[in-house]
Amino acid sequence: MNKATSALITGLTLMAGGTAMAADVEVKITNLTQGIYFTPLLVAAHSSDAHLYQIGSKASEQLQAMAEGGDISGLADVLSGIDASAAANPAEGLLAPTAFTMAMVESSETNSTLSIVAMILPTNDGFVGLDAWPIPTEAGTYHIYLNAYDAGTEANNELVVDGSGAPGSLGIPASPGMAPGAQGSGVTSEETNMMVHIHRGNLGDDEATGGKSDLHNTVHRWLNPVAKVTVTVK
Amino acid sequence: MKALKLCVPVFAGLLLAGCGGDDNDVMLETPTPPAAEEIMLKVTAVNLTNGQPLSPIGIALHKEGQFWQIGEAASAELETLAEGGDNSGLLGLDVVMMSSSAAAPLAPGASQELMLTTESLEDYKLSVITMMVNTNDGFTGLNAMDVSNLAEGDSISMRTHAYDAGTEENTEAQGTIPGPADGGEGFNSAREDMDKVAMHPGVVGNEDGLSSSVLDSTHKFDNPLMMVTITRMK
Repeated sequence: MNKATSALITGLTLMAGGTAMAADVEVKITNLTQGIYFTPLLVAAHSSDAHLYQIGSKASEQLQAMAEGGDISGLADVLSGIDASAAANPAEGLLAPTAFTMAMVESSETNSTLSIVAMILPTNDGFVGLDAWPIPTEAGTYHIYLNAYDAGTEANNELVVDGSGAPGSLGIPASPGMAPGAQGSGVTSEETNMMVHIHRGNLGDDEATGGKSDLHNTVHRWLNPVAKVTVTVK
Repeated sequence: MKALKLCVPVFAGLLLAGCGGDDNDVMLETPTPPAAEEIMLKVTAVNLTNGQPLSPIGIALHKEGQFWQIGEAASAELETLAEGGDNSGLLGLDVVMMSSSAAAPLAPGASQELMLTTESLEDYKLSVITMMVNTNDGFTGLNAMDVSNLAEGDSISMRTHAYDAGTEENTEAQGTIPGPADGGEGFNSAREDMDKVAMHPGVVGNEDGLSSSVLDSTHKFDNPLMMVTITRMK
Protein backbone atom coordinates (compact mmCIF):
# COMPACT_ATOMS: atom_id res chain seq x y z
CA MET A 1 0.00 0.00 0.00
CA ASN A 2 1.49 3.36 -0.91
CA LYS A 3 1.41 6.41 1.30
CA ALA A 4 -1.24 8.23 -0.67
CA THR A 5 -3.70 5.34 -0.44
CA SER A 6 -2.96 4.89 3.21
CA ALA A 7 -3.64 8.54 3.92
CA LEU A 8 -6.87 8.38 1.97
CA ILE A 9 -8.07 5.37 3.93
CA THR A 10 -7.11 7.00 7.20
CA GLY A 11 -9.07 10.06 6.21
CA LEU A 12 -12.12 7.99 5.35
CA THR A 13 -11.88 6.08 8.60
CA LEU A 14 -11.75 9.27 10.58
CA MET A 15 -14.78 10.63 8.78
CA ALA A 16 -16.66 7.42 9.32
CA GLY A 17 -15.52 7.26 12.94
CA GLY A 18 -16.89 10.70 13.58
CA THR A 19 -20.37 9.85 12.40
CA ALA A 20 -20.97 6.12 12.42
CA MET A 21 -18.76 4.75 15.24
CA ALA A 22 -17.47 2.02 12.96
CA ALA A 23 -15.13 -0.46 14.62
CA ASP A 24 -13.31 -3.60 13.61
CA VAL A 25 -14.55 -6.48 15.71
CA GLU A 26 -12.43 -9.61 16.07
CA VAL A 27 -14.40 -12.70 17.02
CA LYS A 28 -12.63 -15.80 18.35
CA ILE A 29 -14.83 -18.87 18.58
CA THR A 30 -13.68 -21.92 20.54
CA ASN A 31 -15.46 -25.26 20.39
CA LEU A 32 -15.57 -26.28 24.06
CA THR A 33 -16.97 -29.76 23.55
CA GLN A 34 -15.13 -33.06 23.78
CA GLY A 35 -16.67 -34.83 20.81
CA ILE A 36 -18.96 -32.50 18.86
CA TYR A 37 -18.01 -30.71 15.60
CA PHE A 38 -19.22 -27.34 14.32
CA THR A 39 -20.06 -27.10 10.61
CA PRO A 40 -19.20 -23.82 8.79
CA LEU A 41 -19.83 -20.88 11.09
CA LEU A 42 -21.67 -17.71 10.14
CA VAL A 43 -20.63 -14.62 12.10
CA ALA A 44 -22.29 -11.24 11.51
CA ALA A 45 -22.64 -7.72 12.84
CA HIS A 46 -26.14 -6.60 11.89
CA SER A 47 -28.99 -4.27 12.80
CA SER A 48 -30.42 -4.85 16.26
CA ASP A 49 -33.91 -5.67 14.99
CA ALA A 50 -32.67 -8.63 12.92
CA HIS A 51 -32.39 -12.18 14.23
CA LEU A 52 -31.01 -15.37 12.67
CA TYR A 53 -33.09 -17.24 15.24
CA GLN A 54 -35.09 -16.51 18.38
CA ILE A 55 -35.64 -18.99 21.17
CA GLY A 56 -39.30 -19.76 21.67
CA SER A 57 -40.04 -18.95 18.01
CA LYS A 58 -40.26 -21.12 14.91
CA ALA A 59 -37.09 -21.52 12.84
CA SER A 60 -36.97 -19.80 9.44
CA GLU A 61 -36.41 -22.05 6.41
CA GLN A 62 -32.88 -20.61 6.15
CA LEU A 63 -32.18 -21.54 9.77
CA GLN A 64 -33.63 -25.00 9.16
CA ALA A 65 -31.22 -25.51 6.24
CA MET A 66 -28.32 -24.51 8.49
CA ALA A 67 -29.42 -26.63 11.46
CA GLU A 68 -30.26 -29.79 9.51
CA GLY A 69 -27.48 -29.72 6.94
CA GLY A 70 -24.94 -27.04 7.83
CA ASP A 71 -25.88 -24.92 4.80
CA ILE A 72 -25.34 -21.26 5.76
CA SER A 73 -25.93 -19.81 2.27
CA GLY A 74 -29.57 -18.93 2.90
CA LEU A 75 -28.79 -17.07 6.12
CA ALA A 76 -25.82 -15.37 4.44
CA ASP A 77 -28.16 -14.11 1.69
CA VAL A 78 -30.54 -12.71 4.30
CA LEU A 79 -27.62 -10.92 5.97
CA SER A 80 -26.31 -9.41 2.75
CA GLY A 81 -29.86 -8.23 2.01
CA ILE A 82 -29.82 -6.13 5.17
CA ASP A 83 -26.27 -4.80 4.63
CA ALA A 84 -24.81 -6.75 7.52
CA SER A 85 -21.07 -7.23 7.96
CA ALA A 86 -20.73 -11.00 7.79
CA ALA A 87 -17.94 -13.58 7.86
CA ALA A 88 -18.92 -16.95 6.42
CA ASN A 89 -17.02 -20.15 7.18
CA PRO A 90 -13.99 -18.63 8.96
CA ALA A 91 -12.71 -22.10 9.93
CA GLU A 92 -12.87 -23.19 6.26
CA GLY A 93 -14.76 -26.35 7.11
CA LEU A 94 -15.41 -28.15 10.36
CA LEU A 95 -14.34 -26.73 13.71
CA ALA A 96 -13.14 -29.73 15.70
CA PRO A 97 -13.60 -30.25 19.45
CA THR A 98 -11.44 -27.78 21.45
CA ALA A 99 -10.29 -26.02 18.26
CA PHE A 100 -10.79 -22.30 17.67
CA THR A 101 -11.18 -19.98 14.70
CA MET A 102 -11.03 -16.23 14.17
CA ALA A 103 -13.46 -14.05 12.23
CA MET A 104 -13.47 -10.31 11.54
CA VAL A 105 -16.59 -8.21 11.14
CA GLU A 106 -17.20 -4.48 11.34
CA SER A 107 -19.68 -2.93 13.69
CA SER A 108 -21.32 0.42 13.00
CA GLU A 109 -24.12 2.56 14.30
CA THR A 110 -26.57 0.43 12.34
CA ASN A 111 -24.80 -2.96 12.50
CA SER A 112 -24.65 -2.86 16.28
CA THR A 113 -25.37 -6.46 17.28
CA LEU A 114 -23.48 -9.72 16.81
CA SER A 115 -24.94 -13.10 15.85
CA ILE A 116 -23.23 -16.47 15.36
CA VAL A 117 -24.63 -19.81 14.18
CA ALA A 118 -23.30 -23.20 13.13
CA MET A 119 -24.79 -26.68 13.03
CA ILE A 120 -23.36 -29.13 15.53
CA LEU A 121 -22.50 -32.67 14.42
CA PRO A 122 -23.58 -35.34 14.95
CA THR A 123 -27.10 -34.08 15.65
CA ASN A 124 -30.32 -33.99 13.63
CA ASP A 125 -31.00 -30.26 13.88
CA GLY A 126 -28.79 -28.96 16.65
CA PHE A 127 -26.86 -25.74 16.40
CA VAL A 128 -24.67 -23.44 18.45
CA GLY A 129 -25.94 -19.88 18.53
CA LEU A 130 -25.60 -16.30 19.62
CA ASP A 131 -28.65 -14.10 18.98
CA ALA A 132 -28.16 -10.35 18.47
CA TRP A 133 -25.65 -9.64 21.23
CA PRO A 134 -25.19 -5.86 21.62
CA ILE A 135 -21.62 -5.06 20.55
CA PRO A 136 -20.04 -2.72 23.10
CA THR A 137 -18.99 0.64 21.67
CA GLU A 138 -16.07 0.78 24.09
CA ALA A 139 -12.88 -0.83 22.79
CA GLY A 140 -11.95 -3.91 24.78
CA THR A 141 -12.16 -7.69 25.07
CA TYR A 142 -15.40 -9.40 26.02
CA HIS A 143 -16.24 -13.07 26.70
CA ILE A 144 -19.50 -14.87 25.94
CA TYR A 145 -20.45 -18.52 26.43
CA LEU A 146 -22.88 -20.11 23.97
CA ASN A 147 -25.45 -22.87 24.36
CA ALA A 148 -26.58 -25.63 22.01
CA TYR A 149 -30.06 -25.24 20.55
CA ASP A 150 -32.50 -27.52 18.79
CA ALA A 151 -34.12 -25.90 15.75
CA GLY A 152 -37.34 -27.83 16.41
CA THR A 153 -37.60 -28.79 12.74
CA GLU A 154 -36.55 -32.46 12.73
CA ALA A 155 -37.13 -35.45 15.02
CA ASN A 156 -33.95 -36.38 16.90
CA ASN A 157 -33.86 -39.95 15.62
CA GLU A 158 -30.04 -40.05 15.91
CA LEU A 159 -29.62 -42.16 12.77
CA VAL A 160 -26.70 -41.27 10.50
CA VAL A 161 -27.96 -41.23 6.91
CA ASP A 162 -25.85 -40.14 3.93
CA GLY A 163 -27.41 -37.19 2.13
CA SER A 164 -29.90 -36.39 4.90
CA GLY A 165 -28.71 -32.80 5.27
CA ALA A 166 -31.47 -31.35 3.10
CA PRO A 167 -34.33 -29.71 5.01
CA GLY A 168 -37.04 -32.26 5.71
CA SER A 169 -34.77 -35.24 5.04
CA LEU A 170 -34.74 -37.23 8.29
CA GLY A 171 -31.34 -38.22 9.65
CA ILE A 172 -27.93 -36.94 10.66
CA PRO A 173 -25.89 -36.16 7.53
CA ALA A 174 -22.47 -37.06 8.96
CA SER A 175 -20.61 -38.06 12.08
CA PRO A 176 -17.09 -36.62 11.90
CA GLY A 177 -14.49 -37.88 14.34
CA MET A 178 -15.52 -41.20 15.83
CA ALA A 179 -17.30 -43.39 13.32
CA PRO A 180 -20.97 -43.81 14.16
CA GLY A 181 -22.76 -47.05 14.96
CA ALA A 182 -25.05 -48.63 12.40
CA GLN A 183 -28.53 -50.03 12.02
CA GLY A 184 -30.08 -48.23 14.96
CA SER A 185 -33.86 -48.38 15.16
CA GLY A 186 -34.25 -44.65 15.83
CA VAL A 187 -34.62 -42.82 19.14
CA THR A 188 -37.85 -41.04 18.22
CA SER A 189 -39.88 -40.18 15.16
CA GLU A 190 -41.49 -37.08 16.63
CA GLU A 191 -40.40 -33.52 17.24
CA THR A 192 -42.78 -32.35 19.94
CA ASN A 193 -41.31 -28.90 20.62
CA MET A 194 -41.34 -27.17 17.22
CA MET A 195 -39.92 -23.89 18.51
CA VAL A 196 -36.22 -23.17 18.77
CA HIS A 197 -35.29 -24.49 22.22
CA ILE A 198 -32.36 -25.63 24.35
CA HIS A 199 -31.11 -28.96 22.96
CA ARG A 200 -31.82 -31.80 25.37
CA GLY A 201 -28.61 -33.52 24.27
CA ASN A 202 -27.93 -36.69 22.36
CA LEU A 203 -28.93 -40.01 23.87
CA GLY A 204 -26.62 -42.42 22.04
CA ASP A 205 -26.17 -46.03 23.07
CA ASP A 206 -23.34 -48.51 23.61
CA GLU A 207 -24.10 -50.78 20.67
CA ALA A 208 -21.98 -50.46 17.50
CA THR A 209 -24.69 -52.27 15.57
CA GLY A 210 -28.35 -51.98 16.41
CA GLY A 211 -29.73 -50.27 19.48
CA LYS A 212 -31.83 -47.15 19.13
CA SER A 213 -29.14 -44.64 18.21
CA ASP A 214 -26.22 -44.62 15.79
CA LEU A 215 -24.41 -42.29 18.19
CA HIS A 216 -22.18 -43.30 21.08
CA ASN A 217 -23.41 -42.51 24.57
CA THR A 218 -19.90 -41.93 25.93
CA VAL A 219 -18.68 -39.74 23.06
CA HIS A 220 -21.47 -37.80 21.40
CA ARG A 221 -22.79 -35.93 24.41
CA TRP A 222 -22.26 -32.45 25.80
CA LEU A 223 -23.43 -30.05 28.45
CA ASN A 224 -23.84 -26.31 27.97
CA PRO A 225 -21.94 -24.16 27.29
CA VAL A 226 -20.59 -25.58 24.03
CA ALA A 227 -18.63 -22.58 22.76
CA LYS A 228 -16.65 -19.68 24.11
CA VAL A 229 -16.60 -16.45 22.15
CA THR A 230 -13.97 -13.79 22.75
CA VAL A 231 -14.93 -10.51 21.14
CA THR A 232 -12.30 -7.82 20.74
CA VAL A 233 -13.64 -4.40 19.79
CA LYS A 234 -10.72 -2.48 18.29
CA MET B 1 -64.29 5.97 47.33
CA LYS B 2 -61.24 5.22 49.37
CA ALA B 3 -59.01 6.37 46.54
CA LEU B 4 -60.97 9.59 46.18
CA LYS B 5 -60.69 10.42 49.85
CA LEU B 6 -56.94 9.99 49.60
CA CYS B 7 -56.70 12.21 46.52
CA VAL B 8 -58.58 15.17 47.85
CA PRO B 9 -56.17 16.09 50.64
CA VAL B 10 -53.21 15.63 48.29
CA PHE B 11 -54.62 18.05 45.72
CA ALA B 12 -55.76 20.43 48.42
CA GLY B 13 -52.28 20.44 49.85
CA LEU B 14 -50.71 21.25 46.50
CA LEU B 15 -53.17 24.04 45.82
CA LEU B 16 -52.53 25.55 49.19
CA ALA B 17 -48.81 25.37 48.65
CA GLY B 18 -49.21 27.02 45.27
CA CYS B 19 -51.49 29.79 46.47
CA GLY B 20 -49.58 30.44 49.64
CA GLY B 21 -46.17 30.72 48.02
CA ASP B 22 -44.66 34.05 46.96
CA ASP B 23 -43.05 32.50 43.94
CA ASN B 24 -45.32 32.45 40.88
CA ASP B 25 -43.25 29.65 39.36
CA VAL B 26 -44.89 27.24 41.72
CA MET B 27 -48.06 27.45 39.73
CA LEU B 28 -46.23 26.21 36.64
CA GLU B 29 -45.49 22.85 38.22
CA THR B 30 -48.15 20.42 37.13
CA PRO B 31 -49.11 18.25 40.06
CA THR B 32 -48.60 14.60 39.18
CA PRO B 33 -51.81 12.65 39.58
CA PRO B 34 -51.28 9.71 41.98
CA ALA B 35 -52.39 7.23 39.33
CA ALA B 36 -49.36 8.08 37.15
CA GLU B 37 -46.98 6.96 39.89
CA GLU B 38 -48.00 3.36 39.43
CA ILE B 39 -45.09 1.19 38.37
CA MET B 40 -45.90 -1.75 36.14
CA LEU B 41 -43.58 -4.70 35.54
CA LYS B 42 -44.12 -7.21 32.77
CA VAL B 43 -42.47 -10.59 33.24
CA THR B 44 -42.23 -12.79 30.15
CA ALA B 45 -41.19 -16.43 30.57
CA VAL B 46 -40.29 -18.80 27.72
CA ASN B 47 -40.06 -22.54 28.35
CA LEU B 48 -36.80 -23.57 26.64
CA THR B 49 -37.01 -27.30 27.39
CA ASN B 50 -37.86 -30.04 24.95
CA GLY B 51 -40.32 -32.00 27.08
CA GLN B 52 -40.75 -30.45 30.52
CA PRO B 53 -43.99 -28.54 30.96
CA LEU B 54 -43.51 -25.91 33.67
CA SER B 55 -46.08 -25.65 36.48
CA PRO B 56 -48.00 -22.33 36.57
CA ILE B 57 -45.30 -19.65 36.79
CA GLY B 58 -45.35 -17.65 40.01
CA ILE B 59 -43.76 -14.22 40.34
CA ALA B 60 -43.31 -12.19 43.52
CA LEU B 61 -41.95 -8.84 44.63
CA HIS B 62 -40.33 -8.81 48.05
CA LYS B 63 -37.71 -6.88 50.02
CA GLU B 64 -36.41 -9.69 52.16
CA GLY B 65 -35.88 -13.41 52.01
CA GLN B 66 -34.94 -15.92 49.34
CA PHE B 67 -37.09 -18.67 47.88
CA TRP B 68 -34.15 -21.08 48.08
CA GLN B 69 -30.49 -21.29 49.08
CA ILE B 70 -28.03 -23.84 47.73
CA GLY B 71 -26.89 -26.17 50.53
CA GLU B 72 -29.81 -25.30 52.79
CA ALA B 73 -32.92 -27.42 53.37
CA ALA B 74 -35.92 -26.40 51.28
CA SER B 75 -38.75 -24.62 53.08
CA ALA B 76 -42.06 -26.49 53.28
CA GLU B 77 -43.40 -23.98 50.73
CA LEU B 78 -40.55 -24.70 48.30
CA GLU B 79 -40.98 -28.45 48.79
CA THR B 80 -44.68 -28.05 47.93
CA LEU B 81 -43.77 -26.21 44.72
CA ALA B 82 -40.91 -28.50 43.71
CA GLU B 83 -42.74 -31.78 44.28
CA GLY B 84 -46.22 -30.82 43.14
CA GLY B 85 -46.04 -27.54 41.20
CA ASP B 86 -48.20 -25.61 43.69
CA ASN B 87 -46.78 -22.08 44.04
CA SER B 88 -49.41 -20.77 46.50
CA GLY B 89 -47.27 -21.38 49.56
CA LEU B 90 -44.28 -19.44 48.25
CA LEU B 91 -46.42 -16.60 46.87
CA GLY B 92 -48.23 -16.47 50.20
CA LEU B 93 -45.10 -16.01 52.32
CA ASP B 94 -45.22 -13.03 54.69
CA VAL B 95 -42.29 -11.33 52.95
CA VAL B 96 -44.10 -11.28 49.58
CA MET B 97 -45.62 -7.84 48.95
CA MET B 98 -47.06 -8.40 45.46
CA SER B 99 -47.45 -11.57 43.45
CA SER B 100 -49.05 -13.08 40.39
CA SER B 101 -49.49 -16.61 39.11
CA ALA B 102 -50.24 -18.04 35.71
CA ALA B 103 -53.50 -19.97 35.49
CA ALA B 104 -52.09 -22.96 33.63
CA PRO B 105 -48.80 -24.80 33.07
CA LEU B 106 -46.41 -23.49 30.40
CA ALA B 107 -45.81 -25.97 27.59
CA PRO B 108 -42.33 -26.53 26.07
CA GLY B 109 -41.65 -23.76 23.52
CA ALA B 110 -44.50 -21.61 24.80
CA SER B 111 -44.37 -18.11 26.33
CA GLN B 112 -46.27 -16.51 29.18
CA GLU B 113 -46.68 -12.88 30.25
CA LEU B 114 -47.43 -11.85 33.81
CA MET B 115 -47.89 -8.31 35.18
CA LEU B 116 -47.23 -6.76 38.58
CA THR B 117 -48.06 -3.24 39.70
CA THR B 118 -46.52 -1.41 42.63
CA GLU B 119 -46.11 2.18 43.78
CA SER B 120 -42.37 1.92 44.41
CA LEU B 121 -39.49 -0.36 43.47
CA GLU B 122 -37.21 0.81 46.28
CA ASP B 123 -35.40 -2.17 47.80
CA TYR B 124 -37.58 -4.54 45.80
CA LYS B 125 -36.47 -7.92 44.54
CA LEU B 126 -38.22 -10.13 42.04
CA SER B 127 -38.49 -13.88 42.31
CA VAL B 128 -39.84 -16.25 39.67
CA ILE B 129 -40.62 -19.87 40.49
CA THR B 130 -41.87 -22.98 38.68
CA MET B 131 -41.51 -26.78 38.74
CA MET B 132 -40.37 -28.98 35.86
CA VAL B 133 -43.37 -31.25 36.25
CA ASN B 134 -41.82 -34.35 34.67
CA THR B 135 -39.29 -34.57 37.51
CA ASN B 136 -39.46 -35.72 41.12
CA ASP B 137 -38.59 -32.38 42.72
CA GLY B 138 -36.93 -30.21 40.08
CA PHE B 139 -37.57 -26.50 39.86
CA THR B 140 -36.28 -23.40 38.11
CA GLY B 141 -36.64 -19.67 38.49
CA LEU B 142 -35.03 -16.45 39.64
CA ASN B 143 -34.18 -15.95 43.27
CA ALA B 144 -34.49 -12.39 44.65
CA MET B 145 -33.22 -10.47 41.60
CA ASP B 146 -32.65 -6.82 42.45
CA VAL B 147 -35.05 -4.77 40.29
CA SER B 148 -34.88 -1.55 42.30
CA ASN B 149 -32.80 0.27 39.64
CA LEU B 150 -35.07 -0.63 36.74
CA ALA B 151 -36.07 2.60 34.98
CA GLU B 152 -39.20 3.07 32.91
CA GLY B 153 -38.74 1.32 29.57
CA ASP B 154 -35.80 -0.76 30.83
CA SER B 155 -35.73 -4.44 30.13
CA ILE B 156 -33.48 -7.21 31.46
CA SER B 157 -33.34 -10.73 30.15
CA MET B 158 -32.01 -13.74 32.03
CA ARG B 159 -31.75 -17.51 31.63
CA THR B 160 -32.64 -19.75 34.54
CA HIS B 161 -30.99 -22.96 35.71
CA ALA B 162 -32.35 -26.26 36.97
CA TYR B 163 -32.36 -26.92 40.72
CA ASP B 164 -33.23 -29.96 42.80
CA ALA B 165 -35.11 -29.30 46.04
CA GLY B 166 -33.43 -32.31 47.62
CA THR B 167 -36.66 -33.30 49.31
CA GLU B 168 -37.55 -36.35 47.20
CA GLU B 169 -35.25 -38.96 45.70
CA ASN B 170 -34.92 -38.81 41.94
CA THR B 171 -36.27 -42.31 41.42
CA GLU B 172 -38.27 -41.30 38.31
CA ALA B 173 -40.43 -44.26 39.37
CA GLN B 174 -44.03 -44.78 38.37
CA GLY B 175 -46.35 -42.92 40.69
CA THR B 176 -43.78 -40.38 41.90
CA ILE B 177 -43.89 -37.75 39.16
CA PRO B 178 -46.92 -35.42 38.89
CA GLY B 179 -46.42 -34.37 35.25
CA PRO B 180 -48.06 -35.92 32.17
CA ALA B 181 -45.23 -38.45 31.78
CA ASP B 182 -46.56 -40.21 34.86
CA GLY B 183 -49.54 -38.56 36.54
CA GLY B 184 -48.18 -39.67 39.88
CA GLU B 185 -47.94 -38.17 43.32
CA GLY B 186 -47.08 -34.53 43.85
CA PHE B 187 -46.30 -33.23 47.32
CA ASN B 188 -45.37 -35.64 50.07
CA SER B 189 -44.10 -34.24 53.36
CA ALA B 190 -41.53 -37.03 53.83
CA ARG B 191 -37.98 -35.86 53.15
CA GLU B 192 -35.18 -37.79 51.52
CA ASP B 193 -31.83 -38.04 53.32
CA MET B 194 -30.09 -35.37 51.26
CA ASP B 195 -32.54 -32.61 52.21
CA LYS B 196 -30.50 -29.80 50.69
CA VAL B 197 -31.15 -27.66 47.64
CA ALA B 198 -28.56 -28.19 44.87
CA MET B 199 -28.22 -27.81 41.13
CA HIS B 200 -30.26 -30.48 39.34
CA PRO B 201 -28.24 -33.43 37.95
CA GLY B 202 -30.71 -33.91 35.07
CA VAL B 203 -33.11 -36.76 34.46
CA VAL B 204 -31.84 -40.20 33.38
CA GLY B 205 -34.82 -41.93 31.75
CA ASN B 206 -35.54 -45.49 30.71
CA GLU B 207 -33.54 -45.20 27.48
CA ASP B 208 -30.39 -44.23 29.31
CA GLY B 209 -29.90 -47.03 31.81
CA LEU B 210 -32.59 -46.39 34.44
CA SER B 211 -34.97 -49.15 33.39
CA SER B 212 -37.47 -48.39 36.17
CA SER B 213 -37.90 -44.76 35.05
CA VAL B 214 -41.19 -43.54 33.59
CA LEU B 215 -39.24 -40.85 31.72
CA ASP B 216 -37.60 -41.21 28.30
CA SER B 217 -35.08 -39.27 26.24
CA THR B 218 -37.61 -36.59 25.30
CA HIS B 219 -37.76 -35.48 28.95
CA LYS B 220 -34.05 -34.80 29.19
CA PHE B 221 -32.92 -31.21 29.61
CA ASP B 222 -29.80 -29.11 29.81
CA ASN B 223 -29.39 -25.62 31.23
CA PRO B 224 -30.81 -23.07 30.76
CA LEU B 225 -34.46 -24.02 31.28
CA MET B 226 -36.29 -20.75 30.89
CA MET B 227 -35.73 -17.28 29.49
CA VAL B 228 -37.18 -14.56 31.69
CA THR B 229 -37.48 -10.97 30.48
CA ILE B 230 -38.44 -8.29 32.99
CA THR B 231 -39.69 -5.04 31.48
CA ARG B 232 -40.71 -1.95 33.39
CA MET B 233 -43.66 -0.77 31.32
CA LYS B 234 -44.30 2.39 33.38
